[in-house]
Order: sequence, then C-alpha cells, then structure tokens
Amino acid sequence: MSVTVAEALNRALRDAMTEDDTVLVFGEDVGQLGGVFRVTDGLTAQFGEKRCFDTPLAESGIVGTAVGMAMYGFRPVVEMQFDAFAYPAFEQITSHVAKLRNRTRSLLTLPLVIRIPYGGGIGGVEHHSDSSEAYYVHTPGLTVLVPGGPADAYSMLREAIEMPDPVVFFEPKRRYWVKSDVELPVRTEPATRAVVRRAGTDVTVIAYGAMVDTALEAAAAAAEEEVDLEVVDLRSLSPFDAETVAASVRRTGRAIVVHEASTFGGFGAEVAARLTEMCFHHLEAPILRVGGLDIPYPPPMLEEHHLPSVDRILDAVDALQWDEARTGRAAPATGGGR
Amino acid sequence: MTALASQLAGRLEVVPYGEPACLIAPDGSPCVAPGLEMPDDGQLVELYRRLVTARRFDRQATTLTRQGRLAVYPSAGGQEACQVGAVLALGPRDWMFPTYRETVALVTRGIPPVEALSLLRGDWHCGYDPVKWRTAPQCTPLATQAVHAVGLGFAARLKGDPIGVLAFLGDGATSEGDANIAMNFAAVYDVPIVFFIQNNQYAISVPLSKQTKSPTLAHRALGYGIAGYRVDGNDVVAVREMVSQLLNEARAGGGPAVVEAVTYRMEAHTNADDAGRYRPAGEETSWVERDPLVRIETYLTDRGVLDQAMRDEIAAAAERFASSVRDALNVDVVPDPAELFEHVYSRRTPLLEVESARLAEEMLLATKEGS
Repeated sequence: MSVTVAEALNRALRDAMTEDDTVLVFGEDVGQLGGVFRVTDGLTAQFGEKRCFDTPLAESGIVGTAVGMAMYGFRPVVEMQFDAFAYPAFEQITSHVAKLRNRTRSLLTLPLVIRIPYGGGIGGVEHHSDSSEAYYVHTPGLTVLVPGGPADAYSMLREAIEMPDPVVFFEPKRRYWVKSDVELPVRTEPATRAVVRRAGTDVTVIAYGAMVDTALEAAAAAAEEEVDLEVVDLRSLSPFDAETVAASVRRTGRAIVVHEASTFGGFGAEVAARLTEMCFHHLEAPILRVGGLDIPYPPPMLEEHHLPSVDRILDAVDALQWDEARTGRAAPATGGGR
Repeated sequence: MTALASQLAGRLEVVPYGEPACLIAPDGSPCVAPGLEMPDDGQLVELYRRLVTARRFDRQATTLTRQGRLAVYPSAGGQEACQVGAVLALGPRDWMFPTYRETVALVTRGIPPVEALSLLRGDWHCGYDPVKWRTAPQCTPLATQAVHAVGLGFAARLKGDPIGVLAFLGDGATSEGDANIAMNFAAVYDVPIVFFIQNNQYAISVPLSKQTKSPTLAHRALGYGIAGYRVDGNDVVAVREMVSQLLNEARAGGGPAVVEAVTYRMEAHTNADDAGRYRPAGEETSWVERDPLVRIETYLTDRGVLDQAMRDEIAAAAERFASSVRDALNVDVVPDPAELFEHVYSRRTPLLEVESARLAEEMLLATKEGS
C-alpha cells in the first residue's frame, strides 16, 4: 500500500481515537478543514465535534487547555499549525507541560501530544520553516520525537499518544507527501530507540526527520565512490538513544550529525559532545556537524543554500581526516568535481 | 436562573460600572446588594471563624518567614476575605486553581498547612495531593493556570460532570495574554468557571493605574461576551454569596463569569519587598478602616450573635491552629536529592540514571569527607 506521511499520521490519529475514547484532537483549522496539511482530515466527520474540534486562534490557549483536559482524564493531541507558530505556547510547554509531573510528585501526569509540523524545503514564507527542536530538547520533562517516514509516522504517533508523559512530536513537513509502501497499521521499533537505516563501515551519519532521506541519498552517492556510510535515524531526540548511536560510531570510527536547524547551539552539538565522551578512543576524526546556516531561516528563493544537501554531507565525509598513513588506505575521492 | 443572574440579566454593559457588591459595610452595618442575600447567623459565624483562622495563619506564616523557616511568603494580609469567601463557595467536587499568593485559600480548602507551605518552604513540589483536594498546584507564572482551569472545566463539561472551577487571578495578571486567552476559550466552550480576580491594587510595585485603562477589571469580561461582576473583596459574606451563585450557575450550564474582588494588599509583595518605596504614605490607613475582619465582627456583635466569650473561643482556636503550624514547620525536613530524578518522567531515562548515580556518589564522598 502506498502511503504518505500525512496519510499515515491521519490513520494513526483515527486508530487511536477509535481504540481510546479519551483521545481528543484539537487545534487551529483541524476540524472542518482537516488541518492545513490535512493530517486531521475527516476526524470531525467520523468522531464528532466533541472529539476533534477547532479552537480559537491562540496556541498558548490550545496547549494550556490540553493541560487541564489531561488533568481530568483525557489524552489530548494538539496541533501547532507551523513550527514558529508554536512559540506563543512556549511558556505553557516549558513551565507546565514539562513540569507538572515533577511539581506534583507524579500525582498529576500529562499524557498529551503536541504535534509540530517543522522544517523547510516547502517554499514557505518567513516563520513557516523553523527547526525548533533544540528549544524543546533542552527542557527536561519533555519527550521529543521526530519520525522520518510513513511507517514511523504512524507507529511513533500511536506510541506517543499511549505514553504517560507529554510528547513534542515533530513532523517533517517537506516529507508529508512522500509516498512509501507500508501496510497500516504497523508497529516499528520502540519510539525512543534509534535505528540503523543503512549499515556501513566507514562513517556513521546521524540524522532525523527529513534529513534521514537526505543522508540515505548521500550514502548512495558515497557508495559509488566506495565509501560506505552507515545511516542512523535518531527518531527520538529526548531521550537520546546514546547506546545505539555510540555502538555505530565505535564500529566506524567517524561520525557526522545532520540537521536542518542552525548549527550553532543545535542538537548536533549535543550529539557530537556525547559521542566524543563515549567513543573518544574509537574516533579517527572529530565529529562534524552538517546543519543549517546560522542565519534566520532564509526566504524560499534562497532556502536551497541553507538546507543541508547531499553535497554538503559528502563534503563533510571528505573532511574526516582520511589519512593513509593511519588508516592504511587511500582517502576517498568523493569531493572531486564539485 | 439564580437571583443574581436574573437581577443582572441584560445589563452586562452597565454592571461593572457599579460599586462593588457589599452585604456588610466597612462600619459593620448591613447593606443591600442586587441579587445577593444575607446568609443566616450560623453561616455568618462560620465565615467569621474561618476568617479569624485565616488571618492568624497568614501572620504565623509571615513570622515563620522572618525566622527563616520559609524561603519566601507572599502574604494575603488584607485580602483574606477574598480567599476565604471564594473557597467556601466551592463544593467538594469543584476544582480550584490558585496562585502563589493563595496559601490562605489552600488552608481554607482544608489542605494541611505543612503541605500547603512545602513550596514556599523551599521544596520543589507543591506538597499536597491536587487530586484529593481538587486543587491545582500553586502557580507562579502569571495567569497560566487560568488556561489549565478552563481546560479542566471543559473536560468536565464534555464528560457531563456538573462541577465548577474557580481560577484565581490578580490585577497584574489580567495584563498577561493567558488571562485573556483563558476568558475567551471559556466563553467559546461554555466552560463552568469563575475567574476570580483579586484586585489588591498592586502588581509588586506597579499600581493598577499603570496596568490598565479599563474602567474596572470586571469590564474585561464584556469583550468575551461573558458577565463581569464587582464585589467588595473585604466583605467575606458578599464574596462567598456572589461566587457561590456564579458557581451554581456555571455548574448548571450557565457558562463562565468574571468577578473582580476589590481589596488591598496590606503587606509588601513578599517579605523580600519594601512597599515603602512605592506606596504613598497613609494609603494603607484608609484600608485599615475597611478591614475585612473588623466589619463582620462588628456586624455580628451588634446583632447580638457574637459575644466576648465566643470571640475568645474562636481566637483561642485560631491560636491553637497557629501553634500547630509553628510546631509542624519547626521540624527540619531535608528533601532527598535522589527524588529529584524520580518525577521528571514516568521512568528515569538512561541520562537520569547516570546523573542520579553520580549525585549519589558525590553525596557519599561528601559524607566520608565530613566524618
């Protein structure tokens, strides 16, 4: 069955709502319209306005209301329309969603999911293409998940809804319409586990969300130059599955972290630092980051220069100190011709 | 429709301009408020008793702070009638959402003082069971709790539970986005909630005149299509009667309401603040004349309901309560640092396992070095 990420998410919501009548979906335009990306398409028609409904236009109100509803036994799944439009809810998310369990010694818990379509590559005008994951990852108490394709989109959203803890669920919007052959329903690996998407021996490329496919493309290109990239899909940024990633890096001895977000202070810095601590004696080169430029997200006409590309990943591969004397083999020539 | 609602039906646009509703005037004489009735003497004595206890508790907490037993205490001195009156309007299944200044409200709700003071004592958690007491943790980020209150009330409505919700706000908090968002959401979803704004005239140092150009804070309600009322916040009887009626109305499906309780913060913002730096000299004096405790005491004494023996008995009971608070707070409690990792998630993450082991090691080492 050919399924897009948006369709898989829609099916996940539908199945969760069918199985558990405490699951509610609300946000801006999620009712009649079915969401600006159609992820909630048909839910109001199927489940009624008490289960899937539009809210007034105030993100802080959407998340804050979800807190109160979760306190009273519901499992809200709320939609922030775009990454940058979640910022009005930032206080509710960081001061309350993340902390209510702690503030009440687990007497109040918040099983709720905040869905955030994120990232660029769709030609969006300003404020429509942010990669805001680092803000949430930096907040203890939040679980931050990022699926890369339809199977994970379905499985991870189902798992997020079932979790006893609040989840910030990032959806790579440029992959909403990418089709894959998947039979739904499907359950993939546990959501908080990283998964090796492509086994390789030379370099570990760590990515998440939309960048997983970019990393796989880079691996295919590198293979033509006889460089074997291993691609790890993080899936969960918090908690961070350090063991799976470190095991890969210990095997390959080299690592690159890829994300769309600006590089400085980004999640890649945390990954690089952790892996350096854990794998120092296995490393043949410093861990490199391939991220967005450290500029406000550029306009649609220029965003191709901002987003990590296959070429940038391959350039980073070239820069991994391939020293014939130390490794006993020639440096790969992937950088040639660009 | 309740008496208050029928009195005021169709008058939304003029209501908030009126003087705050009052049943006992500052001098202790009875007065008339549209839609509100004076309760019987038994109830009045109970309100008086609770008010005496509240004030004694508040003073005790202030003293304990000076003695270093609490990290900080935002006093409710002067506005006890707001908190006592509003809380006593709640039914056992209703929920309330307090702020950091509502410790008196918590104690009035029945929460043991040692639990109610956990946070201000310097612990990381609220100290009490929010579900058992149907009281959310005290909230510090202004107005954010009002949105939670709306969500909870909406959830109850969806489930068909006829409960009411009381959300505490202060005058300063009405400037926050979340206060306005909460009122709007409540209106749109017909949430059974009373937004109870204690207008104590100051947001730390900033007077109400610098906070808003609204003629009254009750006016805020009008923009959301809900009813706004003003009540004399130093009249515990009027507060209780008004909030009680509005909660009844809300439980019956009447939707939200806003109450502005006009009062005065007799103390500084907290023990760490100096009100002398921003308040005009003598301002407090005019509010001493409107003291919430004196007026109900005078009223009940004048009616011959309260005599010296009863006053002494009630004062002695409050004294015993204060003494128990003292004793409880004078016991040193050392929170267990290991527990800091227990409630971040439902299960400790691998990262928290590592950090908790490291902290345990550090503590062990410190113990060895200390011995």
